[in-house]
Amino acid sequence: MNEASSQMIVFEDVSKFYGEILGVNRVNLSIAHGITSLVGPNGAGKTTLMNLMTGLLRPTRGQISILGISPGEPEELFRSVGYCSQFDSFPRGVTGREFINMFLSVHGMAKDEADELTMKALERVNLVAAAEKKVAAYSKGMRQRVRLAQAVAHNPSVLILDEPLNGLDPMARAETIRLFRQLADEGLHLVISSHILHEVDMMSDSVVLLNNGYVVAEGDVRDVRDEMEEHPMQVLVRCDHPTTLAARVFEQDLVVEARIHEDRGGLFIKTRDADKFYLLLNEVVAEGSVQIESVTPVDDDLSAVYRYLIGSETEGSRV
Amino acid sequence: MSSRVEVVAMDKSVKKSSWPHRKRQIAAILRLEVRKNFTGKRSVLMYLLALLPVLIMAALVSVHYDDIRTNFSEASLIFANLYEGMILRTVIFFGCAWIFMNLFRGEVVDRSLHYYFLSPVRREVLVAGKYISGLITSLILFVTMTALAVFFIYLPLGYSGAMNQLLNGPGMNQVLIYLGTTVLACVGYGAVFLVIGLFFRNPVIPAIILYGWEFINFLLPPVLKKLSVIHYLHSLTPVPIPEGPFAIVTEPTSAWLTVPGLILVTAIVLVLASLRIRRMEIKYGSE
Repeated sequence: MNEASSQMIVFEDVSKFYGEILGVNRVNLSIAHGITSLVGPNGAGKTTLMNLMTGLLRPTRGQISILGISPGEPEELFRSVGYCSQFDSFPRGVTGREFINMFLSVHGMAKDEADELTMKALERVNLVAAAEKKVAAYSKGMRQRVRLAQAVAHNPSVLILDEPLNGLDPMARAETIRLFRQLADEGLHLVISSHILHEVDMMSDSVVLLNNGYVVAEGDVRDVRDEMEEHPMQVLVRCDHPTTLAARVFEQDLVVEARIHEDRGGLFIKTRDADKFYLLLNEVVAEGSVQIESVTPVDDDLSAVYRYLIGSETEGSRV
Repeated sequence: MSSRVEVVAMDKSVKKSSWPHRKRQIAAILRLEVRKNFTGKRSVLMYLLALLPVLIMAALVSVHYDDIRTNFSEASLIFANLYEGMILRTVIFFGCAWIFMNLFRGEVVDRSLHYYFLSPVRREVLVAGKYISGLITSLILFVTMTALAVFFIYLPLGYSGAMNQLLNGPGMNQVLIYLGTTVLACVGYGAVFLVIGLFFRNPVIPAIILYGWEFINFLLPPVLKKLSVIHYLHSLTPVPIPEGPFAIVTEPTSAWLTVPGLILVTAIVLVLASLRIRRMEIKYGSE
């Protein structure tokens, strides 16, 4: 294990089959610190990847290491890893505080240390007021938050979060995303699966797109988008003379399609080379024939990447 | 950025696995599991089972109070039958099945086993912790039950008669053997049912098959007799009871072989459980 891979989450040719059913196949990934989001439709393999990372599942083939530790070594692994799974179930009859505290005590911590970390974790997710309430009486959002608190309570270096924003109200979502960002900025690895693409786009440093058990793309969303040459980049240029602009840009080969906006106050352009297109726009501005108000890339976000690589976003929103 | 991760990793490596650390982990598992065993919804059946022989004994004593006082050796034989036929073969058997099979299977049904699997605990330590918790639960329950049943059989003798029987007769020896047999039954059946709970999605069927095997033990040839827990426990009981006209009589195994033998078998079964749990995956959906 080299030094670089001891700082990363590494999948080497990992496959998982459930009998004859494919979970994930030939996954090769290196995940650095920061927020990495797993995105894909239902059955894409997101939860399987997370369960493989945490040893809840064993790979049929290949190797996984989390900061240099094998998932087969739970004693070492879970001092550094916290996993908030999608299982919405709890030990019977426990309060929120007891739930976090009991598993900190299983870590082998002394009572005082476990008590202190429990309260800190509850504070982090704003659940102190409900700490003594039975988890069974919690709302879905509160259950989600207490599981999140349990996953972060022991201050792990790697946090794996399966749909952590599910069931949270908008305010709690924003706070939770802020917490994720803060943890990522502290140097943690956060691996998150979510089906809310704009939130993933907003918080992620990189994404892993999965479909039918295969990694379709990985990396920074914009880099992934740039590499999709078969799907020209769409740009909306707001300007006073869209027809003039259309005529001007078609003089160059790099624009493959131009369409005037419904309100006739702008032009949709599809280009295979966005950088050269922006240079061309500069020339047009310098010539003074067209007044450009704004230039907005229309499909360089995660939703577009998802749509092009996997299918409709509507399908994705069911992830 | 990475320097922070290194610092965290170094800090955590300081807490190297050690025996005191594992002891704290086992103690934590014990606290959680014993509490769950005694207070959970599943414990109701356990209490009812344990209460059954005590109630039967109390009823028996209240009806035959004078007979027991005048003919205690007859009463001892009746108790021996009740102990082996009901307490050992039924109550402890099914009580242990319920307690030990639920240690893992119950958590799979409740979908909460993953919390343990996501803790920094060796899975073998988890098996040990859960087994000991089941043992503590079953011992508290069934040793108390046995002691209460014994108490009721001695009740008609009065204080002085009972003390005389216990200290000057075979009483104390018999009581200790009954209690010891109960302990060994919990140890042996506990390990067997823990493993059954780990290997089978529906452990009720193998438990019933095992019950049948134990039940017909007196009919089995000597070699097969030895492949059961009840054969060894039967060898230990202090008052020999006839097994019926169809029983195949075999030489009872001596206590010197029975006790270490049962403990050895328990250890082997627990090793098997540890091997199984190491490879166990969490797939609640398919359970």
